[in-house]
Amino acid sequence: MFAAEATEGIFQASGWFLENAWLVPAFPALSFLVILFFGKRFPKGGSEVGIAAVAMSFVFAVATGIQWISQVNSAGDDAAVDAVSSTWTWWVNGGIEFNIGTLVDGLAVVLIFVVTTVSLLVHVYSTDYVAGDSRYTHFFAFLSLFTAAMLFFVLSENTLQMIVGWELVGVCSFVLIGHWWEEKPNSDAALKAFLTNRVGDIGLLIGVAVLFFAADQTFSVLEINKMAISGEISHLALLVGACALTAAVISKSGQFFLHTWLPDAMAGPTPVSALIHAATMVVAGVYLIARLYGVFFEGFSIAGSSVNLLAIIGGLTTLVGASLAFVQRDIKKVLAYSTISQLGYMVLALGVGAWTAAIFHLFTHAFFKACLFLGSGSVSHAVHSFDMKSDMGGLRRWMPHTYKTFVIASVALAGIPPLAGFWSKDEILAGTGGWGLAGGTGGNGAYLVILIMGLATAALTAAYMTRCVYLTFFGEFRGHGTPHESGPRIIVPLWILAVLAIVAGWINLPKGFQLVPEGWTERFGHYVEPTADYFPSIAHAKPSWTLAVVSTLVALGGIAVAARYYFGRVRAESPMATEVGRGWTKRSRLASAGHTLLAKKYYLDHLYTGVIAGGVKGPIAKAAYKFNQEGIDKVVNAAGEKSVQAGHVVYDIIDQKVVDGIVNSSGVAPHLAGEEMRKMQTGKVQSYAGIVFVAAALLAIVFILVL
Amino acid sequence: MQAFLDDWGLTLLTFLPLLGALLVIAIPKADEQMQKAVALLSTLATAVMAVLLLVWFNLDNAGSLQFVIDLSWIDVINSRYIMGIDGISLPLILLTVLVVPLCVIYSFKHFPEPRNPKAFLALLLILETGMIGTFVAQDLILFFVFFEVVLLPMYFMIGVWGGENRRYAAIKFFLYTLFGSALMLLSFLALFFLADGTLAGLAEANTFDMRALSGGATTAIARTSQIWIFAGMFLGFGVKVPIFPFHTWLPDAHTEAPTVGSVILAAVLLKLGTYGFVRVALPILPEAAAAWAPVIGLLAVIGIIYGALGCLAQKDMKRLIAFSSVAHMGFVMLGIATMTDFGINAAVFGMVAHGLITGMLFFLAGSVKDRYHTLDMSRLGGLLVQAPKMGWILGFCAMASLGLPGLAGFWGEFPAILASYNPAGILSEAVFRTYMVIAAVGTVLAAGYLLWMLQKAAFGTPREEFADSPDVKDASKHEFWAWVPMLVLIVVLGFYPRLIHEASDPAVVESLVVNVGDDVYDCLEIEDGTDCFEDLRAESAEKSNGGG
Repeated sequence: MFAAEATEGIFQASGWFLENAWLVPAFPALSFLVILFFGKRFPKGGSEVGIAAVAMSFVFAVATGIQWISQVNSAGDDAAVDAVSSTWTWWVNGGIEFNIGTLVDGLAVVLIFVVTTVSLLVHVYSTDYVAGDSRYTHFFAFLSLFTAAMLFFVLSENTLQMIVGWELVGVCSFVLIGHWWEEKPNSDAALKAFLTNRVGDIGLLIGVAVLFFAADQTFSVLEINKMAISGEISHLALLVGACALTAAVISKSGQFFLHTWLPDAMAGPTPVSALIHAATMVVAGVYLIARLYGVFFEGFSIAGSSVNLLAIIGGLTTLVGASLAFVQRDIKKVLAYSTISQLGYMVLALGVGAWTAAIFHLFTHAFFKACLFLGSGSVSHAVHSFDMKSDMGGLRRWMPHTYKTFVIASVALAGIPPLAGFWSKDEILAGTGGWGLAGGTGGNGAYLVILIMGLATAALTAAYMTRCVYLTFFGEFRGHGTPHESGPRIIVPLWILAVLAIVAGWINLPKGFQLVPEGWTERFGHYVEPTADYFPSIAHAKPSWTLAVVSTLVALGGIAVAARYYFGRVRAESPMATEVGRGWTKRSRLASAGHTLLAKKYYLDHLYTGVIAGGVKGPIAKAAYKFNQEGIDKVVNAAGEKSVQAGHVVYDIIDQKVVDGIVNSSGVAPHLAGEEMRKMQTGKVQSYAGIVFVAAALLAIVFILVL
Repeated sequence: MQAFLDDWGLTLLTFLPLLGALLVIAIPKADEQMQKAVALLSTLATAVMAVLLLVWFNLDNAGSLQFVIDLSWIDVINSRYIMGIDGISLPLILLTVLVVPLCVIYSFKHFPEPRNPKAFLALLLILETGMIGTFVAQDLILFFVFFEVVLLPMYFMIGVWGGENRRYAAIKFFLYTLFGSALMLLSFLALFFLADGTLAGLAEANTFDMRALSGGATTAIARTSQIWIFAGMFLGFGVKVPIFPFHTWLPDAHTEAPTVGSVILAAVLLKLGTYGFVRVALPILPEAAAAWAPVIGLLAVIGIIYGALGCLAQKDMKRLIAFSSVAHMGFVMLGIATMTDFGINAAVFGMVAHGLITGMLFFLAGSVKDRYHTLDMSRLGGLLVQAPKMGWILGFCAMASLGLPGLAGFWGEFPAILASYNPAGILSEAVFRTYMVIAAVGTVLAAGYLLWMLQKAAFGTPREEFADSPDVKDASKHEFWAWVPMLVLIVVLGFYPRLIHEASDPAVVESLVVNVGDDVYDCLEIEDGTDCFEDLRAESAEKSNGGG
């Protein structure tokens, strides 16, 4: 009774959850410690602790969301709603106190909802998927830590805190990719992921430093944004800061040309791929841009231009990812490249000023991509392989649930209405404002090139997913044994995600969508897009029926072409076939060269691993060390040796012959010249050497400094 | 209690270990248990003393010296027995009194050949007195004495208990450091003769009192002389840090030293050099420091990249960790070179963090060597399989060492990078921003060599030759308890850096300005090259004219 009243009180004191958002990451953080130290003592190896903690987080995240919505509602239609931040002193420097805390607004609410939802489903799924694994407890401990770190990151009040969260999720990714570290390829993949991200982190460190000083020594996200928008920070500083941060985004969010770690990261267990490398961690870069949008918007002059760094990188990435997804045999790698491509859409959207569309796409993508990954895990559970060509085919007969959910998510990804992917992708395309689409943010001609890139990717996406679905679920089974459908702990999360993949798009129906009441449209944008002064004033693209029809036709076209090839010609050749015997690539030299280029992943891996990393580790490091041993150290040793020699000279000639000779010949101390004295003298060589060494070393230093 | 601590606190803190050493020496050789007990008790007593001082330390006033003792000592040269601690020395003292007992505990089961616990423990205790003494001394001669006291025990530790090449390494360590110290002593003497203590309110002009020297007494020295004097100190401290290119003694000393020797060397000894910069060189000669800062910064960033490349070329795990010290101390020196409160706070934090993290890595390297009898990384592998606890701790320490946020290493590294974006006003922004970018690249290389080391040592499956080796066991109780406090601190400091900043920040702010009487001179933020000590110099010139 009392408890019920207290709970009610908490809800009524509007803002309690908003102000105490730190509890959301606190649950999984605590469960990490509990599982790490006591996990093995629990009957289910600690997984129950993780699930309970993430469930609590989920509940709190939802409550926070509800309070945020009521906050926006109570503010009225046009009133600005400020973000809720709560802070504590974290560290002190030069008399200035720096804070740690939480920042809750619509954006943060979306992210904590996505993270806790997917994480909860992945936790449940994993209890079956990694059952019997020798490091079961450890796996759940790190899932908890990851969830905590990701929530900590998205709730960050300041940029420094963001660095902490950013790196912590990176470490969890490292540990979980390398979960089966007995095999070298797995630990290689883990290292590659971490090191590639480290390269981008140079940009993060520098970008945060630049903005810190440009914004009068503050890390506060709100302050930096406000000052960027009001013009208190010079454009140059914003440009440099934005460029540096973009480097970080490129590595973390798998953008071209630092995306190469992401496909390799598939070496980790599949639930990890779904949670970390599809739905949450990889969108950290996108979130970084969205969170500091004032900086990027002003720094890249997004309003009024027709091209900028973000838009170009995003555009290229969508194409590169989609093209590489075509040549993969490994189902998870298809999905990995697809993720790269979709992340490209989000960055592209932010680059053209379609902020809400980007976050909306982040939201919908999390569900259908997690569904696809978990589906591929379910398949591999049955056939013990990820190789579509040699071990799959015809699985729809044995795995109806996996098949249905996989197809639903594929259609959502391909952008066919009315599924989720369609709505968010269409908003992004409309946001480019190209082809005279009204109301985009861009300037003259708007982002036409980017629009074309986006449309091309839409066709490619639909096509490669058709290929993937055919190779996995149609034709005849090419593997060994009899596949079986997975258990309920795998199927239920799949269905939940599949349903979300259908309905998630409906919360942001475009304005003027006449089938529903006016008040039902653009709900997502209304609650998520900030209205206060820490967010730039961006123009909103008007939805276009023409574009919607065109993009749908383009996607259907992609499906049709791929279906004609696979469901038509390949199947006609043989139900076991995975390609046409004398296909296009075998007949045309150009096509064959193109295929090789794709199969070699544009040779980027060769450049990074072979040339750059190999060069630094090999010749460069060896040369530096050789210089150390034979350059610097030789001088030091020579100084030492020379002084010992000098000591010998002094001792042998001056002391023994000259001085001692005089003494001996003078006959003053004949007894002392015996064996005793010689021993004593010899013992002193080292101290002579020592004194002379000092002088010689001094010379050596002079040489080093002068040369 | 306050009165007792004021009068005796620092003296007891410094000399308790020495007393312990004398007791250990007095115990008959056969009675090893007694020697161990006495050694541990005296380090613990020292730690208790330090904790008492911490409790009574006035944090609100961390910027000024506390528990000051000022007694006459060598009257002939006006050198006095002055001790005192502020927020910069406090964390380093606590680090020292933490690490030494852990080393004693660890060594109980790990006396390297030729054993002789009595001598080993006695040396360890003498070493502690030297280290603490350096951190509390406020008179240059006293400082110098303690600075040198450290050398001999370490020399013997390497030379007697070291590896195959121990004699070479020990002599190299000893002579190289001695060479630096000789020049440093010259600089101290020059300060004694050239500075004017009366400007800082002393009765006599010639003084070794560090408080007076950093309180305006050196303004009497011509700028060129200051720059030369600084050069001497630079070499003395720089060799100890070690700064590139004076670092070559370090990998040899570390490779050959017994585990405990390496731990102390990395955890505390290197800090004597950086502490010297922060406590002696910068506050006493701020103008000369500003003139040298670009050079120091350059050598620091060279050290960061160069040390990392050196690491990448190593096959021996312990030598790799040794080279990583060159890189990490580069970050500390970069922070110092910026001459800002930000940078120096980062440096102080970096010193403590590096002490904990690299100390831990050397502990681990020693334990790996005990088990596999080799540190050749091409022969190691599968530590996580054979000794999971050790493997995880190694992974944790590698992460801490590469500067992972949330662990202690980060708070030395990132703020140093941050500070070099905006160095003191007197320094060139362009130069230091270049350094910043180079240093940031160094963080990638650091991740590279540490993770490759981790991969080679811990991942994979054990090699055939060690697969059934009975020596390969997980961490023993002694090892575990020697490590836990350090591991916990790495996490705690990582999440709550304020624990150190609270103390260090006021002291750092204080060390960057020159207080003469009631006047505060903040010379480092002057950008147009005017002489901020003009009045003081005029006054001093007047005096010397009047006197002459």
